[in-house]
Parts: sequence; structure tokens; C-alpha cells
Amino acid sequence: MLDLTYEPPKPKVISGATGDWELVIGLEVHAQVSSRSKLFSGASTKFGSEPNSNVAFVDAAMPGMLPVINEFCVEQAVRTGLGLKAEINLVSAFDRKNYFYPDLPQGYQISQLYHPIVGEGEILVDMGPGIARLVRVERIHLEQDAGKSIHDMDPHMSFVDLNRTGVALMEIVSRPDIRGPEEAAAYVVKLRQILRYLGTCDGNMQNGSMRADVNVSVCRPGDYEKYQETQDFSHLGTRCEIKNMNSMRFIQQAIDVEARRQIALLEDGKEVVQETRLYDPDKGETRSMRSKEEAHDYRYFPCPDLLPLEIEQAWVDDIKASLPELPDAKRVRFVTDYGMTEYDASVLTADVENAAFFEDVATGRDGKLAANWVINELFGRLKKEDREIADSPVSAAQLGGIVELISKGDISGKIAKDLFEIVWTEGGDPATLVEERGMKQVTDTGAIETEVERIIAENPAQVEKAKVNPKLAGWFVGQVMKATGGKANPQAVNEIVAAKLGL
Amino acid sequence: MSIDTETARRVAKLARIKVEEADLPALAQDFNRILGFVEQLNEVDIEGVEPMTSVTPMRLKRRADEVTDGDQQNKVLSNAPDAREGFFAVPKVVE
Repeated sequence: MLDLTYEPPKPKVISGATGDWELVIGLEVHAQVSSRSKLFSGASTKFGSEPNSNVAFVDAAMPGMLPVINEFCVEQAVRTGLGLKAEINLVSAFDRKNYFYPDLPQGYQISQLYHPIVGEGEILVDMGPGIARLVRVERIHLEQDAGKSIHDMDPHMSFVDLNRTGVALMEIVSRPDIRGPEEAAAYVVKLRQILRYLGTCDGNMQNGSMRADVNVSVCRPGDYEKYQETQDFSHLGTRCEIKNMNSMRFIQQAIDVEARRQIALLEDGKEVVQETRLYDPDKGETRSMRSKEEAHDYRYFPCPDLLPLEIEQAWVDDIKASLPELPDAKRVRFVTDYGMTEYDASVLTADVENAAFFEDVATGRDGKLAANWVINELFGRLKKEDREIADSPVSAAQLGGIVELISKGDISGKIAKDLFEIVWTEGGDPATLVEERGMKQVTDTGAIETEVERIIAENPAQVEKAKVNPKLAGWFVGQVMKATGGKANPQAVNEIVAAKLGL
Repeated sequence: MSIDTETARRVAKLARIKVEEADLPALAQDFNRILGFVEQLNEVDIEGVEPMTSVTPMRLKRRADEVTDGDQQNKVLSNAPDAREGFFAVPKVVE
């Protein structure tokens, strides 16, 4: 496979009073597994249901209830691991992470601390054409989600909904290979893109399907390189963890704010205390979650309700064979097969549905032209009307029809835009519309010649001026286009005008 | 390893078990006796022996990804000391 070469981006540098500082960032992303039922119960995972209606007695932790693992969730975790080129562990095991919170009725979360199902992998984080950072993934483990607490429905009470309790999560843990706020956001974007291609997580950040905990520390230039050489963390600064971020914008803001807080402390001769913090977007600051400190003693131990999870290599191989084409490969193929720029390929492959739509438009047609029309006309129009590709009024077949008419020379690019407008608002088959409404381009040179001769004869003064200043030929072209209702082939008109004026 | 009164207090707090101050030294002693017993197991030579996770050689039971449960809001909430509008209502917990 052809590979697009890339250079790593420069790390973000913040200048302090005592010199420059660099950032070191690692992310833990919680991605909700796309599945019908929960990780250990048969209750539905449907979002937005009536409170406590998607709850089995296992989820409510009624005494005597036992968890039974959802095999599809395991498959989804394996698929994710394979999509991140990671090692799959044929034997993994579940542990209990113990803490008390009203939305965790078991009093522990079933997770995989000691033996995760997925080991080391990698994510290529794109930062623009030719620039990318290869971020190592340390591990992925399966775990249960907690329920949801609502604090604003009553002044004295919190309301708890257990619908989300027990839904399968994949915790995807990166190495501290990310070097700036923009890279961190780009990492989440790329991870989300891959998960959506794989169909293992819908990536809906608003509904909480993806949440990130961000670890941030600062160091002096040169220290990070020493860490990379030795993998010895003592070269890096003390880190703080910012919990539960669910937007790319807040992730970037929080990292910047937290790094500056740490730099101010260090330059003041104080120390950074390793702790969990929350980002407050209204105040633009992070603050300590002191209550979490004691709870941090999670007293993990192997879950006695669950045997180790053993899977077979043949099953893993089957899943591997069924993997879809992933973003990096698709992007390379779009560049080579359709001759488009890397930038256009990135735009078209950003989302799996967009990429599929484009391929439907482009297959058997002019790929470059199709790319132009999908990106500039269709995406532009969708964005303007705030619509998703799934409910685009113009189907891939219709847009393909328009592209085909342009390629054949039946319509000009300008008429094509009018045609697009008609298809968008009224629908219909583009080829039929062009016939019925007489939008076909005039390529008959005889007809164009007659028109050019008529205009030259009627405007002798313009002809004299054009002979002195050949740029004025454009005026004649414009007159012909006007006279033919924009249907004359512009190239043919240009040539004939130039010839008749003797330019 | 030895458990002192302070550790006993901390473990009790993490487990949300209320232990009177006067009972903590005895609790710590209990812990120490249990740990002492477990220590004895360290004397057994387990070189090359696989950890036994189950008394019967069984494969972890799996479930198909189907919705077979739920839709029982009343039952789920029936033991709750307080429930309102389909939610469990608990004393306010805010970060």
C-alpha cells in the first residue's frame, strides 16, 4: 500500500517568566460500545429512554444477581483493538474497582485493571497535509458505565437514573505522546473517526458516548526527548488529570489553562500536586476535586463473579478479516485512485458516511470533478442549512448524474449549479430535467458562429477597441453567453470570438 | 504487613462501615490475625502452578447481544426509600 509520508508537528511551547515550557499530554477516552444490550445484562442501551426503564436487576445490583458477559461487546473491543493495530490478549480478566457513589449501585465498577483485552496499539493523528503525530495506545479495557445523577431538579435531592448503569465502555488509554492542546483535540477527532468507521462506538459526544480524561504535565525543552529515549517518567513533570471532558473545544481550553496554572506554580517555586481536577468553562479555570482524593484508593481485586475471558485466535482472525477499510487507507486510495489532493481526501474521508456518499457519486465517473461537487456544492449547501448527509435532498445518484452531464459536455459548470439548485429544491432526474427545460449546452459551432458574427456586425466600435486591447474579447464572449442563455460552451465561444476578431 | 489503628479506620471509612473509636484497636488486631493466616499460604511452593480461578474447568458463559430485560421501572424503584418521577431520589451529592 502506498503511504503518505508525514513529519511530526512541533510541540506547543509556552513562554514563562523563567524560560520556555513544553506540554506533555496523555488521554484516557471512554467510548461507549455500540451494542443493543448492556455488558453484563440484557437491558437495552437505548439513549433517552424513560428513567430507570432500561434496568435489569443485575444493573440495580439486587442481591444474588450475577453478571453474564455480552459476547458482542467483547467482539467490538477486539474489533477496536484490531483497528488500532493493537495486540489482542486471548486471555483477559475482570476486576472490581471499589468506590461509593449514588449512581453506582454495586459499590464497584467491573473493569479490567490487571489483564486488559487489548494491549499496545497506535493512532496516527493528522495535523494537516504532511504533518501527523503517531501516538501510542497503551491499552484498551472493557468496563461498565455508571448511572446518571441529576442535581438540578430539586434543591435538596439528587435524582438518579440507572439506564446507563452497566452499559459497556471501552477505556482507550494513550501514552503521553501528545504535545499540545490542538494535538489532543486532533487525537480525539481521529479516534472518533476510526471508531465510527469500525462501527464500535457512535462517537456522539453530546450524548456522552465519548468522554475524555486528560493528563497534563509541563517540562523544559529537551526533557521530553530524554523521556522518549529512556521511557523514564522522572524526566517529566508531575501530572494532573482533568476529568470528564466531552467537547474538543473544552479539551483544548482546559489543557491550556491547566498548563499555565502548573507553569505559574513552578515559576513561583511551588510544586504541582498530582491530583484530579475539573475544568470550569464558565470561569476558564481548573479546580481540584478534593472529594476524589480519598476515593482514589479503589482496592481493586479480581471479580469473583466472572471467570477469565478466554477467546480464540481463529475468532480474532475472523473479526480481522471483516474489518472495513480504515480512514488512513481510504485517504491514500482516494488520492491515488481519484487523483485528488490530500486535503480533499481528508475532507471526504473525515466521516465514513461522507466517504461512502462520495464513492457512490464518483464510481464510473470523473473522480476529481465528483470530489469538487461533493465538497464545494453539496457539503457547502448541507452546512448552510445545517443538515446531515443522511438527509441530503440530493442523492448520490442525482449528484452523479449532474457530474456525468458536465463530463459529457452537455451542460456547463454554471448551468450545472442551476441544475443542482433545481434538484435540491424540486428533485428529479438531472438528465431528464436538462432535456425538459432546454438547459443543454450549445456545442454546435455553427450556431455559435452565427451568434458571434451577429454581435460583431452590430458593434463595430467595440470591434475596433478589441483590436487595440485584446482583453476586450471577453465582452463579446459575455454577449454570446447572454444571448444563448448561458448554454453555449464557453470554450468554443472563446475560440470562435478570438478567430472572428482576428486576435 | 501489619495493620495499625489508623489503617483500620481508613479501611472502615472506605467500606462505609461505622466503627466506634474504641473498637478500632481490636479490629486492627483481627485484620492482623487474618493476614497472618494468609501469610502461611506463602510458604507453599507454587512454582510453575497455574492460578486456579474456578473449581470446575469452565469457559466464561456468554450472552447474545439481545434485549431480554428491563421495562420494569416500578420493580426497580420498589425498594428505594425515596423515588420521584421515575428517578431514585437521594440526598444531594454535588462535586
